[in-house]
Amino acid sequence: MARIIELLSPTPPGWGGTLLVGLLHSVEIAAGAFGLGLVIGICGAYGKLYGGPVVRDLLAVYTTIVRAVPELVLILLLYYAGTDLINQLLTAMGYQRIDISGLVAGIAVLGFVQGAYSTEVMRGAILAIPQGQIEAARAYGMSPGLLLRRITLPAMLPFAIPGLANLWLIATKDTALLAVVGFFELTLATRQAAGVTKAYLTFFLAAGVIYLLLTLVSNLIIGRIEVWARRGMPSLKEAR
Amino acid sequence: MAVEATIVNVAARASLWLQPHRIVLIVIGLALVFAAAFFMRWDWLPQYYEMALVGLWRTLWILAVTCTLGFLLAVPLGLAQAAGPFWLAAPAKAFCTVIRGTPLLLQLWLLYYGLGSLFPQYPWVRESWMWPYLRQAWPYGVLALTLSFAGYEGEVMRGAFAGVPKGQLEAARAFGMSRWKILRRIWLPQAFYRALPTLTGETVLQLKSTPLVATISVIDIFAVSSKVRQSTFLTYEPLLLLALIYMAITGILVFVLGKIEARIPNKIG
Repeated sequence: MARIIELLSPTPPGWGGTLLVGLLHSVEIAAGAFGLGLVIGICGAYGKLYGGPVVRDLLAVYTTIVRAVPELVLILLLYYAGTDLINQLLTAMGYQRIDISGLVAGIAVLGFVQGAYSTEVMRGAILAIPQGQIEAARAYGMSPGLLLRRITLPAMLPFAIPGLANLWLIATKDTALLAVVGFFELTLATRQAAGVTKAYLTFFLAAGVIYLLLTLVSNLIIGRIEVWARRGMPSLKEAR
Repeated sequence: MAVEATIVNVAARASLWLQPHRIVLIVIGLALVFAAAFFMRWDWLPQYYEMALVGLWRTLWILAVTCTLGFLLAVPLGLAQAAGPFWLAAPAKAFCTVIRGTPLLLQLWLLYYGLGSLFPQYPWVRESWMWPYLRQAWPYGVLALTLSFAGYEGEVMRGAFAGVPKGQLEAARAFGMSRWKILRRIWLPQAFYRALPTLTGETVLQLKSTPLVATISVIDIFAVSSKVRQSTFLTYEPLLLLALIYMAITGILVFVLGKIEARIPNKIG
């Protein structure tokens, strides 16, 4: 027991600090990827609902492919292809090659994956808005940007939150996959700590507890946000 | 007459689907495929062909076994949460929360490295008949994937069990069926029908989780592609082919499970 506390202590003889740095990186990536996914999702949902036939078909291809191929394969493909492509473009345009940081690459790759799921969530949520509200806003002569900001986004939020909450939890867990391409986040930090100290069970259980706490705290916060977003609507229990 | 009508119908639907812009998109897509086929290197294919087939077989085998076992485990988990007493419902809920709240990769590594490093310390484990299996990687992969599927599907089954109309169960009880018979004849089949669409989605998700077993040295199709990449120094070709293979499996899975779904009576409240 004393040995476990010593191993997990945050100061150097223990590895707690390493795990916490890993957790910080995980949360950074998850938040960045989720945010990027939201932006892609809103654009994608608008494209799927209001776009022309070509845009709609291209988005269908995007969401279908991303949802049919394992995240691990996509991460490898986009990680190598993405950095390679950017560097080839830069050299072709006469610039120096750049080293893309693992953080940026991780956010971009996971964000691209999240975007596909987010598109579907947003599309469903926009369709769930009573369409009269959007028509009324148009009748008032609102510009599309104003309509998005004042009507569509706030009105779709309560319908989108359950799906988006799931996506956030998936994002936090998908960061673990970046350990396979060697990005230093919680799972890889855990594996390194475990490998050095040979206390595999201790560290993997500790990391499991951290991930679980992250999920439970997220659930609490999401619950608050959901109550706020649904203010003025019938309570969830009645609606279900 | 009927056959002609169907043909006309199919033709009409095809022309509706094959709009001009779609034809252009398909042509562009085919051009990309041909460009990939001609300008990329595929000469490694014959050499790794058999290895890839073995890997593919292993992936499908792991998928089938873990989905079956996971579902068998999910039924009691869902039942315990939907109707069990507190001392059964609480552990089942805790199990589902823990499984759904932690990454599968971590669970896999916990079992493989954690348990795997624990077992050799006990002589009685090393002398038992299970030791030859415990020394390999695949039992840990199968166990982790099974538990994960059970955790996610247990939550689905809870909702499915709770969603079966009360009147059905009351009617069964009024007929004097025993509890076991109610479960077998009324409750489980209806809950299963309700869970089936979600089951399709979960199975596809499970397929997408199988490449994780490659990280604990199980040679599935993903590991084969990694091996090809390491020995031929090609980055894209094996990965692209791998993505294509997974898309094909997903497509077949969705098609077959959709056929099964269509056979089941769907007039349930």
